Amino acid sequence: MNILELLANDYTLRVVALGSAMLGFVSGIVGSFAVLNKQGLLGDAISHASLPGIAIMFLLIQTKSTELFMLGALIAGLTATALINAIVKYSRIKVDSAMALVLSVFFGFGLVLLTYIQKIPNANQAGLEKFIFGQASTLLRRDIYLILIIGLILMSLTIVFWKEFKIVTFDADFADSIGISSKRISYILSSMIVLSIIIGLQSVGVILMSALLVAPGVAARQWTNKLSVMIVLAGTFGTVSGLVGTIISSSMQKMPTGPSIVLVISFIVFVSMILSPSRGILWRYVRQIKHQSDINEDQVLLNLYDLAMNHNNPHHSHNIAAIEPMNTQGGKKLKQLKYILGNLQAKALVKEEQLDGWSITEEGLNYIMKHPMRKEENDVTSN
Amino acid sequence: MSPQIEIQIIAVIVAIACSIPGVFLVLRKMAMMSDAITHTILLGIIIGFFIVHDISSPFLIIGATLTGLFTVYMVELLTRTRLVSEDSAIGIVFPFLFSIAIILITRYAGNVHIDIDAVLLGELAFAPFNRLRIFGVDIGAKGIYSMGLILIINLGLIWIFFKEIKIVVFDSELAAVLGFSPVLIQYGLMTIVSVTTVGAFEAVGSILVIAFMIGPPVSAYLLTDDLKKMLYISSGIGALNALGGYQIAFYYDVSIAGSMATFTGITFMFVFIFAPQRGMISVAKRRKFQSIDFAKKTMLFHILHHEGKENEGIENGVSTIYEHLNLKREFLKRMILQLIHEEKLQEVSGVYKLTDSGRKYTIESYESIIESLNSEYIK
Repeated sequence: MNILELLANDYTLRVVALGSAMLGFVSGIVGSFAVLNKQGLLGDAISHASLPGIAIMFLLIQTKSTELFMLGALIAGLTATALINAIVKYSRIKVDSAMALVLSVFFGFGLVLLTYIQKIPNANQAGLEKFIFGQASTLLRRDIYLILIIGLILMSLTIVFWKEFKIVTFDADFADSIGISSKRISYILSSMIVLSIIIGLQSVGVILMSALLVAPGVAARQWTNKLSVMIVLAGTFGTVSGLVGTIISSSMQKMPTGPSIVLVISFIVFVSMILSPSRGILWRYVRQIKHQSDINEDQVLLNLYDLAMNHNNPHHSHNIAAIEPMNTQGGKKLKQLKYILGNLQAKALVKEEQLDGWSITEEGLNYIMKHPMRKEENDVTSN
Repeated sequence: MSPQIEIQIIAVIVAIACSIPGVFLVLRKMAMMSDAITHTILLGIIIGFFIVHDISSPFLIIGATLTGLFTVYMVELLTRTRLVSEDSAIGIVFPFLFSIAIILITRYAGNVHIDIDAVLLGELAFAPFNRLRIFGVDIGAKGIYSMGLILIINLGLIWIFFKEIKIVVFDSELAAVLGFSPVLIQYGLMTIVSVTTVGAFEAVGSILVIAFMIGPPVSAYLLTDDLKKMLYISSGIGALNALGGYQIAFYYDVSIAGSMATFTGITFMFVFIFAPQRGMISVAKRRKFQSIDFAKKTMLFHILHHEGKENEGIENGVSTIYEHLNLKREFLKRMILQLIHEEKLQEVSGVYKLTDSGRKYTIESYESIIESLNSEYIK
């Protein structure tokens, strides 16, 4: 309640929360494609590489202007992307090395320019570093509009190129074969990634922006196999982490906004990886145990069937000691065997005729007849 | 020793110490792991600091190294679930750990001198002020000794385990079969990477560590196919970057670490463009040659195939051949002129015909293609 009250009354908090939430939404959507295209680290590379763009823009205009800085960052980011692609295309260097190289060289060059700027007698340069390393608490209403506008542009691009993005993401060769240039589409995609990073730089900072790009997509991927659902989910996760992160940071003292957003989204990722019903680690484990016990039950039933086939009466009962050595799984413990037989009895596939004397029921026979592991030569019709 | 000389000595030592593990990172396609580690060791340093309350304690190095390893472990753990790709795993793990580090700093270490900028950006210019004193005697900048020690350890480990590392890097399955544990070697390498990063970032900052680790090996990768030579070349290029970068920084009075990273970019671009065989110019030339060669052979095969058939006039006709080959008309025209010039092709009353030498050449190249296809198939 306290938090809602805060949100309603505190203007600054409202602006920051709104901005972060929108940022989370946009980067979640754009980032989903980055995740699917295995370009998760491109965000990291670009966010570092944009530094010289900002510095050069400052050298050119000699004053601080958010829009022009973003333009500079955008140009630097696109140049870095093009360079990474060119290095991979024209040499045997792998994409990860190309990224690490371009990232560090661009960032180093940016540092050179920054130190150069600091020597110029120009009062305007103060606070330039803050811009580069980002501080969500400095978000202004104007920045919100900028995020909103760019966010809308990115979203309409996503809708317009939806079909193309989808096809290039999942089967680039097929896209080329039906006349959709996968090269051009992936260039549009990288430009969109660059753009969303640039708007995020200011509020969450260089390093944490790459998390905001990758994490929502990864979390959303766990819950669905459908692209449209994944995108919507990623947007939602991004929004939630932006909001919750901001609220946490403002309700605790000395809690930086960017990192707390990252913690929230990381938490969402870990929870998704563990709990998602279809892919989650927990359910995978549960399913594995279930499969194991199914296999065990089938095995015991098959043994019982094979034993019964040695008699004229398929319902002839056998002592548990006779079933046990038959078990090809290397002799289960008697206790476990009893447990398995109990399960089978619950399904009415076997019956305990006397103490430790088990026989297969009519239903059990029916079940066995359909079983792929049944040995044909032992077949006897049940009547 | 003057501070300038000391700075350059430290830089060269750092460059060589970084490029050795860097070679293996590049070869194992783990370059971005260095980016992750350089960021996450901050967490180790902070936690170490909370335990010992001394920013210059060697315990911090241990803490940082452990976080470096922990980063690698977490990335592998996430990747192994097969729920995320490796790049996404890196993209999740390192901002997560880095965020924890920043939160810890802001909340609990606000009044202690741990400057995030200093950690990330580094300031080599201050390195000479940090002196190593033994019994009160100043024996030089501390960075020289700490990085020197790391360099010696790196060299020693690579020298001793060269064979093992080599097998693991190039064929980890074979290594496993032969009884070397790829996991052990892998984590050994990552330990070296972490220790080197920790040692180096104090002097040069984490971004330059990436430039030093990846830049020289990537350049060397374009110059040689031999692991040993790659190690030598990248050490050489690393040292060159350090010295060249320092000159720029000194001349323009700008960030030393930044200049060295920039110089790394310059040497790489030079190698990337001009390297014999693997440089951009050679690759572009080779690709051009291959596409011309391919077009020529395709055309010759086409002509040979239709030679003497009833529709030869249409298939191989001077004005109609373009419609039967899926290549650009202009390009094809040039190829035809070249082939006529090479006396492999001639024009006989409006139809292209092979000359005797051209036919021989065509059949030979056809057979060599079939042969290479067959040998591949057998493989």
